[in-house]
Amino acid sequence: MSPAKKPLRPAPSARRGESTGRKAAGLLSPAELGRIAERIFNYSEADETEVLIDVTCDALTRFANNTIHQNVAEHTLAISVRTVFDGRTARATTNKTDEDSLRRVVAASAALARSQPRDPDLLPMPGPQSYTKVKRFFESTARVTPKDRARAIAAVVEKAARDAQTAAGIYSTGAMQSAIANTKGLFASYEQTRAEFSVTMLEANSSGWAKSNAADVAAIDPGALAARAAEKAAASRAPRELEPGHYTVVLEPGAALDLVGQLFYDFAATAVRDQRSCLNERLGQQVMGENITLWDDAYHPLQLGAPFDGEGLPRQKVLLVERGVPRNLVYARTTAKKMNTKPTGHGIPLPNEWGEAPVNLVFEGGTASLEQMIASTDRGILVTRLWYIREVDPYEKVMTGMTRDATFLIEGGRVVGGIRNFRFNQSVLEMLAHVELLGPAVRSSGEEAFEMVVPAMKVRDFHFTEVTKF
Amino acid sequence: MQQWADWALETARVRGATYADARVMDIRQRDLSTKNGQVATLAETESLGIGVRVIADGAWGFASTDRLTREGVQACAAQAVAIARASALAKRHDVVLAPEQPYVDAWQNPCIKDPFRISLERQLDLLLAADKEMRSVAGVTLTEASMHFRRIEQLFASSMGSRIHQVKMQSGAGIVATSFAEDEIQKRSYPTSFGGQHTLEGYELIERLDLVGHARRLAEEAVALHKAPQCPEGVGTILLDSSQLGLQIHESIGHPIELDRVLGMEANFAGMSFLTLEKLHTLRYASEIVNVVADARLEHGPGLGTFGYDDEGVPAQCTDIIKGGLFTGYLSNRETAAAIGESRSNGTMRAESWNRLPIIRMTNISLHPGTWSLDDLIADTDDGIYMETNRSWSIDDRRYHFQFSTEIGWEIKGGKKVRMLKNPSYSGITTEFWNGCDAICSREHWTLWGTPNCGKGQPMQSMGTGHGAAPARFRKVKIGAAFAK
Repeated sequence: MSPAKKPLRPAPSARRGESTGRKAAGLLSPAELGRIAERIFNYSEADETEVLIDVTCDALTRFANNTIHQNVAEHTLAISVRTVFDGRTARATTNKTDEDSLRRVVAASAALARSQPRDPDLLPMPGPQSYTKVKRFFESTARVTPKDRARAIAAVVEKAARDAQTAAGIYSTGAMQSAIANTKGLFASYEQTRAEFSVTMLEANSSGWAKSNAADVAAIDPGALAARAAEKAAASRAPRELEPGHYTVVLEPGAALDLVGQLFYDFAATAVRDQRSCLNERLGQQVMGENITLWDDAYHPLQLGAPFDGEGLPRQKVLLVERGVPRNLVYARTTAKKMNTKPTGHGIPLPNEWGEAPVNLVFEGGTASLEQMIASTDRGILVTRLWYIREVDPYEKVMTGMTRDATFLIEGGRVVGGIRNFRFNQSVLEMLAHVELLGPAVRSSGEEAFEMVVPAMKVRDFHFTEVTKF
Repeated sequence: MQQWADWALETARVRGATYADARVMDIRQRDLSTKNGQVATLAETESLGIGVRVIADGAWGFASTDRLTREGVQACAAQAVAIARASALAKRHDVVLAPEQPYVDAWQNPCIKDPFRISLERQLDLLLAADKEMRSVAGVTLTEASMHFRRIEQLFASSMGSRIHQVKMQSGAGIVATSFAEDEIQKRSYPTSFGGQHTLEGYELIERLDLVGHARRLAEEAVALHKAPQCPEGVGTILLDSSQLGLQIHESIGHPIELDRVLGMEANFAGMSFLTLEKLHTLRYASEIVNVVADARLEHGPGLGTFGYDDEGVPAQCTDIIKGGLFTGYLSNRETAAAIGESRSNGTMRAESWNRLPIIRMTNISLHPGTWSLDDLIADTDDGIYMETNRSWSIDDRRYHFQFSTEIGWEIKGGKKVRMLKNPSYSGITTEFWNGCDAICSREHWTLWGTPNCGKGQPMQSMGTGHGAAPARFRKVKIGAAFAK
């Protein structure tokens, strides 16, 4: 069966001409995106056809031992086609844009779709939607050159060498674009830039770390980040070994992020239906402290990411936790229908086993500064960064991991020196019930979870179980 | 492919590069999964492009593109040279590479049954049959089954005159049964967790695994774990099954021997290593019965670290890593080998795809088999815990302190497995742990496991590695800390 193809609705920005910054970054205009989709639709004989187009133009300069040792750039284009035949769907993806390859990717999707049993839960594709505009593309970021990054790094490593420290890290800039179109007339496209600087400063027996990530390179200050990392490395020299146990901890935003970020999939309705979420049978219960309120909000000014999901539905702002009580989940269209509710615009591109996920988590922060948290702590641990976090107990949400790159002992309301790194085994739910102070929520960047808006946290009874050798 | 590589190398030369290599990769992948008796994922992906790596002004540059016109490839090579010149703005010394011969060769791994020629219906039927077997067990609340296939065709060409064509076919599959009851989630996986077993083979691997035949037992164990006693805390003897030991090797031997870590090149992200240079040939890494190699040669087996040549044109080799318990070797590339005075790279550079820079990756890091049968080893153990199938893993950024938990444990008393234990875990310091190894099972218990998703590098790259292991016994190990209150 081959239904009549509906013409694509041109995206509004397609009529305003192309951005020169976008072109310089290797991105496509909305009109070009639309033409690729039309070509795919013309080759397809499916009941319904959907096209996802992702363009990435990224560059990353890497330094270590006070020198640039890796320096890379990439341009990629992925065209992903989902076809539907009589309640059966599948996806095929290519990065080849010649006519034969586009015909072949459509045929591959069709062959996959036809090979399986009918899915009684599969919904028709959605029609045209309305989206809230977000501005996350900065021409100045798209135009950053390898020399710009190298000069910034040269300044950092030269200062490190003068201070008898060793610097390692990355400076990355780039632009990306994603679009979705289907034969029901839905069309959405999104573009953003991204800049990131991460630095570790090393001394003989200590290290310090700092990292920042933003859509606008103007928000990144490599010199200031390097200075913070250097200060931490110097302050944590000759770390002493402490006995493991339960301690009050002050988690800087990067450390707090990497722990609380482990919760994101637990808010997926599919995870609850599958009974693998820690929120299974806990919705509506006071499982965290009254000072914990959490949203998923793609429109928050500190967030990045598209305002639509993997099926093209607009993302909604969802209250996930209200004063310590998990209130809501996020839903893809299919999951919402199964659970007799409305989708929230958090679906993952079909077909998949995961359903949906919130990817724009925003914690409500407090007013305490890091200095106030330290000053109010009689004996505790200040944590800069966490590492290698893995799930030990999925229902109690016990996570294990290590501290890293500057961990300090707090005594009598002040930082008294560096300590050897601890291993923790800590329930994230229990931790969020033990938060004593919250700092202002900031865009936080770690290594174990994607970027979110998270505050620094002072937490009592944090469980360190063992200590390592450095 | 050759034409694209030639355009890239010629442009790099004209632009002033003193060394250049070009790697064209054409990757095809098929992913299938089922969940609770329904098809979940059904997708195919193909990706074709070129990555160009150069040295200019004594510094590295790399650029990649999927615009495979003459203009696109030449622009990519020119960009790589421009990036290298930018790198030189913050260099301390010129890049020096250990010498290597040029090679003109072709290689591909044996593949009896091309998985892309096996019908999708047959593949899905197998997954759905295994899924059905698991769901037939009361108490199972979630069932998952998956298969993954990947064909990689690549051409490596360098300004030294190398032209190396390789084709790799990779297959993998696994099943998982999960049970939620009484505030507890328990699960069992076969043949191992986090995606199952993966090797450099065709569909013959899938047939050999017999997913359906293991499905019911797996599901029954997942349910039974709820009523099993908690693994006790303390210090004692543990036996690890070969898949868990494979991951133990990966984390506590494979990563610390990466020479880029040792030399500080990964300090900001993946971390460094406790294996500083003075420890080579002096550190008693493990007990005398422990022998570990890094072996990328086909004769070692169809591991995910098996190849003909690495991604800077160095032939596959076998390197002694631990010999009689003594630390004897690192994983190197041409640059790091030169940096520590070695005469040659031992061939470990690999890239995830055409758009990623090759970096040092584990090949097949394998523990030589010992002499014990598993039955005899259990009979020889008076008081211990046999731990099977990884559930979580974590290790510090210098690879000293680790903690692992497994899906299931079995208490051993008086030489017999007496009862099931839930939530087993163990932890320790790498060298203390390996020096406590006092028995390794024989070749008939040895499996070359594939870890398909080892993350490293910036931008992050995922890579397959191989780990051969047989069950082994370790003394004086800390047990149960992960669940201590």
